Amino acid sequence: MTMFEFLIAPFTEFGFMQRALAGSLLLSLSCCPVGVFLMLRRMSLAGDAMAHAILPGAAAGFLLYGLELVPMTIGGLIAGLTVALSAGAVSRFTLQREDASMAAFYLISLAAGVLLVSLRGSSVDLMHVLFGSVLALDNSALTLIGSICVVTLILLTVFWRALVAECLDPLFLRSVSRLGAPVHFVFLGVVVLNLVGGFQALGTLLSVGLMMLPAAGARFWTSRVETMALLSVAIGMVSCAAGLLVSYHAALPSGPAIIFAAGAIYLFSVIFGTRGAIAARVRPSRHRTA
Amino acid sequence: MIWTLCLTLLSTTLMVASGASAEPLKVVASFSIIGDFARIVGGDRIDLTTLVGPGGDAHVYEPKPADAAAMSQADIVLVNGLHFEGFLARLAETSASRARIVELTKGIKPLEMPEEATSAEHADDAAPSDDAHSHHNGADPHAFQAVSNARVYVKNIADAFCAADAAGCDSYRANALVYDAKLEALDAELKAAVAAIPANRRTIITSHDAFGYFANAYGIHFLAPEGISTEAEASAADVARLIRQIRTEKASAVFVENVSDPRLIEQIASETGLKIGGTLYSDALSGPDGPAATYIDLMRHNVTTIKGAVTGS
Repeated sequence: MTMFEFLIAPFTEFGFMQRALAGSLLLSLSCCPVGVFLMLRRMSLAGDAMAHAILPGAAAGFLLYGLELVPMTIGGLIAGLTVALSAGAVSRFTLQREDASMAAFYLISLAAGVLLVSLRGSSVDLMHVLFGSVLALDNSALTLIGSICVVTLILLTVFWRALVAECLDPLFLRSVSRLGAPVHFVFLGVVVLNLVGGFQALGTLLSVGLMMLPAAGARFWTSRVETMALLSVAIGMVSCAAGLLVSYHAALPSGPAIIFAAGAIYLFSVIFGTRGAIAARVRPSRHRTA
Repeated sequence: MIWTLCLTLLSTTLMVASGASAEPLKVVASFSIIGDFARIVGGDRIDLTTLVGPGGDAHVYEPKPADAAAMSQADIVLVNGLHFEGFLARLAETSASRARIVELTKGIKPLEMPEEATSAEHADDAAPSDDAHSHHNGADPHAFQAVSNARVYVKNIADAFCAADAAGCDSYRANALVYDAKLEALDAELKAAVAAIPANRRTIITSHDAFGYFANAYGIHFLAPEGISTEAEASAADVARLIRQIRTEKASAVFVENVSDPRLIEQIASETGLKIGGTLYSDALSGPDGPAATYIDLMRHNVTTIKGAVTGS
């Protein structure tokens, strides 16, 4: 088997492989930088919570309109934004930290979702229906991912400096500007947008995994936010291509294969990264940063 | 003394049990198709509860407390068997059901799971996926997709009802006999309908291979991207192999099923230029207003849909 047959032929022979690659690369482009900010704000588990939080909205969309991408996405967005904004508001205006309020609101939302699903009485595996597969990307799913990518990149570029300040030193941002709270909420909106789009098109595991693993891996190579964001996008894209090829050649399910590839890069970075385990041992005198 | 007491207790229990049988027989059917059979055989003499209703997927069903309650009070539980209802063993245990669990596939010659590799050219692609699927190899549970097997189901149901309620036995046998004649006619009708389709246009695609018995009985060749159960997630290799197969074997039409996610099949259809021929009903009936409200409607709908799509294109 030549290199061409191994690396390129699967994508030239089959349209579904091209679509899977295009969709997952676009998602890397928008999800990975978002993941970097989530990680820097210590909200790495928020993505997983959000997967449950959007259930009632997506379920309501499905029950009212059937398997249509747009109502399910809008429903999911509304549910996700409600949870994220309520959690953010509670943490901003009360003593409670965001992780606790997020947990509270996502559990409420999940309970509402399960109630809605059981109201319908049918037992078609709704999770199966609500969450897509990277192999089954149709035009509307690709359009959705593409538009989410554009919106995310625009918002990130516009609010970049405020986001960095808000992540690293929220008190400083509060002292020099009144943008703190709005930026926080815009950011939560971007997170929900990416997750909802990702869930609909690619499934929960893939969108949460693609958001967090490359960001966590990139953290071991640099401390600059710009570099970290670019590196995470690169890691995400390499993982997508590698995972799809593994799925094609070894007959493994595609979503888990992509996440495994990202996981392998993460583990490699933990050990060999310039800020990873070995580097920390070699230069023990250097002051370690979190 | 103790023995006498035990005997007395036992006979009292038996009397209570036989007294209860004057009321309608409490029957639980695991999913909608078996429920349809049970309703026809039992008529007014049974009180029927169907666990997985129309449009539901028995492979991934999550039981509700009401189901456990129905199980615990049931006299007879009718199941398909051959590991079709994955949820049932746990449910029977937790509900402490004393009901007789009747496997309706008893007496049917089970088909083995379809082979994944269909041509030597793709044998090396197929080998790892066969390994991956080997944990659920064995018999294909979707026996009801052949009418001849449905007749065995109906006979087994009548036997089970007779064993539990001797007084109603004549009525059950009479109902089963009438229905059996209808099924026999249906079988002949379906065979005639398929015989009218040209032999080279009998390969079609659907999303999970529930149609092994149907294929065997009526001579239609099915290709499917997922394994035997809706739980498995397809790999890129599976989808690629299917697309190659569609191209080489000249499939005539592609169908979606009532219980699975249609997006994958729609994607394959658009890539291979096939038309989507309609919805086939595999593991569940449709609602009462749908095109497959009863088993006979379901089989007739499936064959008409296939025939229409294949000969119309």
